[in-house]
Amino acid sequence: MWRFIGWRFAQSIPVILAVITITFFLVRLAPGGPFSSEKAVSPQVQAALEAQYNLDQSMPQQYISYLADLARGDFGPSFKFPGRSVNELIFSGLPITAELGFYAMLVAVFIGGLAGVIASLKPNTMQDYGPMGLAMVGICMPSFLLGPLLVLVFGIWLDWLPVSGWGSSSGDKILPSITLGAMYAGYIARLSRSGMLEVMSQDYLRTARAKGLPEYLVITKHALRGGLLPVITYLGPAFAGLLSGSFVVETVFQIPGLGRFYVQAAFNRDYTMILGTTTFLATLIIFFNLLSDVLAAWLNPRLRYQFKKKT
Amino acid sequence: MLNPLVTTRNFLLIICITLLAACSGGGTGETRVEQGTREGVLHFGNGTEIQGLDPHIVTGVPEHHVIQTLFEGLVLKNPYTLEIEPGIAERWDISDDGRFYRFYLRPDALWSNGDKITAEDFRWSWQRALMPALGNLYNYMLFPLVNAEAFATGAIEDFSQVGVRVIDEYTLEVELNEPTPYILQLFDHYSTFPVHRATIEAFGTASDRLSQWARVGNIVTSGAFELVEWGLNSHIRVEKRASYWDADKIQLNAIVFYPTENLTTEERMFRDGQLHRTEDLSLDKIPVYLRENPELIEIAPYIGTYYYMVNTIRAPFDDVRVRKALAMTVDRDLLAETVLQGIVAPAYAVVPPGTLGYNPPKTFGFDPAAARELLAEAGYPNGEGFPAFEILYNTQESHRKIAVAIQQMWNQHLGVEVSLINQEWKVYLTSQENFDYQIARRGWIGDYVDPNTFLDMFITDGGNNKTGFSDPLYDQIVLRDAPAAQDRDARYELFHQAETILLEQMPIIPIYTYQSKHLKHPSLKGMPANIMDYYNYKYVYLEAAE
Amino acid sequence: MTEATQTGQLMEVPKGVSLWQDAATRLRKNKLAMFGLVFLIFIILLCLITPWIAPYGYEEQNLRLGATSPSAAHWLGTDIFGRDMLTRILYGGRVSLFVGFIATAVALVIGVTYGAIAGYAGGRTDSIMMRFVDILYAMPFMIFIVLLMVVFGRNILLLFLAIGAVEWLTMARIVRGQIQNLKHQEFVEAAVSIGLSSFAIVWKHLIPNALGPVIVYTTLTIPSVMLLEAFLSFLGLGIQPPSSSWGLLISNGVESMEEYPWLLIFPGLALTLTLFALNFLGDGLRDALDPRSSGD
Repeated sequence: MWRFIGWRFAQSIPVILAVITITFFLVRLAPGGPFSSEKAVSPQVQAALEAQYNLDQSMPQQYISYLADLARGDFGPSFKFPGRSVNELIFSGLPITAELGFYAMLVAVFIGGLAGVIASLKPNTMQDYGPMGLAMVGICMPSFLLGPLLVLVFGIWLDWLPVSGWGSSSGDKILPSITLGAMYAGYIARLSRSGMLEVMSQDYLRTARAKGLPEYLVITKHALRGGLLPVITYLGPAFAGLLSGSFVVETVFQIPGLGRFYVQAAFNRDYTMILGTTTFLATLIIFFNLLSDVLAAWLNPRLRYQFKKKT
Repeated sequence: MLNPLVTTRNFLLIICITLLAACSGGGTGETRVEQGTREGVLHFGNGTEIQGLDPHIVTGVPEHHVIQTLFEGLVLKNPYTLEIEPGIAERWDISDDGRFYRFYLRPDALWSNGDKITAEDFRWSWQRALMPALGNLYNYMLFPLVNAEAFATGAIEDFSQVGVRVIDEYTLEVELNEPTPYILQLFDHYSTFPVHRATIEAFGTASDRLSQWARVGNIVTSGAFELVEWGLNSHIRVEKRASYWDADKIQLNAIVFYPTENLTTEERMFRDGQLHRTEDLSLDKIPVYLRENPELIEIAPYIGTYYYMVNTIRAPFDDVRVRKALAMTVDRDLLAETVLQGIVAPAYAVVPPGTLGYNPPKTFGFDPAAARELLAEAGYPNGEGFPAFEILYNTQESHRKIAVAIQQMWNQHLGVEVSLINQEWKVYLTSQENFDYQIARRGWIGDYVDPNTFLDMFITDGGNNKTGFSDPLYDQIVLRDAPAAQDRDARYELFHQAETILLEQMPIIPIYTYQSKHLKHPSLKGMPANIMDYYNYKYVYLEAAE
Repeated sequence: MTEATQTGQLMEVPKGVSLWQDAATRLRKNKLAMFGLVFLIFIILLCLITPWIAPYGYEEQNLRLGATSPSAAHWLGTDIFGRDMLTRILYGGRVSLFVGFIATAVALVIGVTYGAIAGYAGGRTDSIMMRFVDILYAMPFMIFIVLLMVVFGRNILLLFLAIGAVEWLTMARIVRGQIQNLKHQEFVEAAVSIGLSSFAIVWKHLIPNALGPVIVYTTLTIPSVMLLEAFLSFLGLGIQPPSSSWGLLISNGVESMEEYPWLLIFPGLALTLTLFALNFLGDGLRDALDPRSSGD
């Protein structure tokens, strides 16, 4: 098992390197540079700017010196924010996005998972349709619609919760977390329902029932473990989606998180910032995918057996 | 392994408790704005996150708003009349030929660290602002000075040849290439503000863009406020500075700037009592506020023109008749009244009317019949055979709306097929740079109040003339005749001639004159509307409404 | 020989038509699924015949009229250009459905093939293939799409490809997971023992048995593709005005939801109902196709 994890870690190094390389060259291919502006830029100014950020070097040179800096843990200076390093920007946004992602994940997993399990217990009854209908609403609503709607109802009409901010007034974390988590809650509800139904029709559950085990024990001890397997496989990608999808929510609620920096960087062609955030997010996402694979493996007896054989 | 349901229950419990705790805290009686009004703290919606606070590096309106609180130049403006008022210079003399200015600095003007602000500070700062290695996009603000442009382009390296001289500690002399009527306005632009040499050199070289000098704790400033907090994408807080020379006049204790790039959110923050003032307002909201809360909305002419530029290099737009036909079939009145909610004035020229007494020529109007004739003369009767073309605009709701309406007008009146493309900002700029467009939306906000800031765009190969328009007579008037004009009337007459040439050639299709639009809380006083959308924070105060 | 009869039985199930006939019968009994199917057919038909039934021209503006709430002349109201919303929703549906179905089909084909190969092959092949999926997962999606749309020009086909290229990843993971699970089951081992080719095993035994989750995920993909398309339009990288899609109509409607709620409600309803129908149908299909529940 540990060897498997170690092996997967080793494998992710070339993956991250590939991500860096592709992004490095892709951003430079995109039309418009970091210093293009509506006001005309004189050639002297353009040259001075490029010299300050080493953009006057050849691309391979830039690439090598970027990698060298990266090896020392230095993402370089931001092009858009003079005097700020990408490291500083990332670590100013990350805790906030992570916190937002964590709350959204809580919303998604517990509300979604619970709804899915409840629905699967009595398929094709109101107990199924109710939660599943809600899950559908969650999936169908884009966050750029759900966010403003929630704000309108709870922030303006009812005046219960603040309309924007993060940690600046009490209760301002609730609406963003729900907005971001809603879609994933919907997905998880559906996945867990179908996973549960799948499992419940399997032989070993019928055996368990036949043995006279009470239904709640059948569910908690046997069904949940197998039934939530698809959900766990889904958590990795869901987390990735949360991290990169937090941008809309962060904009709607004026939250100073990483997603907003990232999108601003893309629109500003802030090369180092795009690369830095991409590399950083990619590493995180790969880590979480790995985590969800390991969890899935651990919960699935057959695959677990395979690991044992391997190691 | 843990029993999943037990964990689930615990977590649900935690969620419920968190939610309850959070809810119970909400809904205190006083809003942020009310508290701010009581404590003299202005909450200011500031558009986007600012790039930085180095006056010689940044560009942009949000940066301008913050820098103006922190730094001060030779002069200031009266927000009601836009007339020049003394700043760090308490008075100045102008030579008879208008080429020499002598500024007498006030001895009581101090930097925020207690140092005196001297004439040498200005000289060094302007040298820095013009240094080629710094890459200051606004260096051209100092180009009226003798040899400034040569220094900025690296043609000369000796800064003592540039037209700025230190006479003594508090006297500064400026020598101009020619009398420049708007020069004093430029000395209220942040690219001419002094910066503190010792601080900058303590954190790097003068031309180092990566320097940390303009950060909280490091920065030394000359203005009425000092920088206290700067949370990226969150807020910037500046507080009144007791050592400022005119501190008695400052009525605000602090200003907090918020980045608010999303208009819907900004408007809701305002409604929720979080902002005293918004940076902008979406078109859809205008009629609602005009109807229900007209006292909260402030709309005023702004020195800017919204226009479509035409790529005159490409057929069929190389034919002036085609360009004119297009210009004559934009129903500006209808557009202004409907899509633009009746708040803007239609534009038929590039200089906004009434720019310090200048009134632009009006050479054409909305005339579909004449336009169809012109198009027929150009070889496209009823639009037949006219190739389909595209309107390019950068991705934004209001640009989209205008383009959709104009597309239909051209289709209806001229029978031409038009499609729309929106491009993300940097892509859009690149397309224009490469002349890879047919018709493109464009706006220009004047750098100062003078027709020159609009007309010098269209000189041959001008950096902002992306239309391919070139006319020797036009260049002659704008570059040589007008600057040499003897008085204002003669000068305006020349500008009028030049603009007429421009409109005869029609490389651009003017659409409307900009308006600034803000929501303002009734407690916010002393921030009058003016065509520069300019604020002088000395005049601003907060007073609770009765 | 008991072994032979066992495999013989196993062969019959996926091969024979009875499974699909069975499924169709069960699907017909599922009222919600049938409702979904009928509604979908209705919407698709409406969109197909839109050019003949639309009450107004698609680009027909009436600036003086502006945004009006629903009336006899305009059943669903008009937008700020005075364009008829019913007409725009009908035309928008054509784009939305087209994008949704085609892009999902792209994702489906790539994802299922890829996932099945990786899952069945296992070992090094699997790990290399899944590492590749990880690379794509970790790619900065925004920049990827922006670059694609910008460098290679804007057109609707590219939009499908871009969306399909993103959406197949999860499909591949799910299929791979399913296949991995399934391939250790007895009937596969039996099929291997009688010497069936890998292709036949994957195609005839594994994929049909993995169809349940695939169908469920497909029904989830169509809406998410439609939403993705809206998101792209939101960023200005999707459908170009004056063309429109439900997603674009909604994202425009959000901005004025307090002033002109009908600009948000009607396209929102159209999208939501269609997505609901798709999901009911998907669920019904899942229940009908699941070979194990049919074994009862």
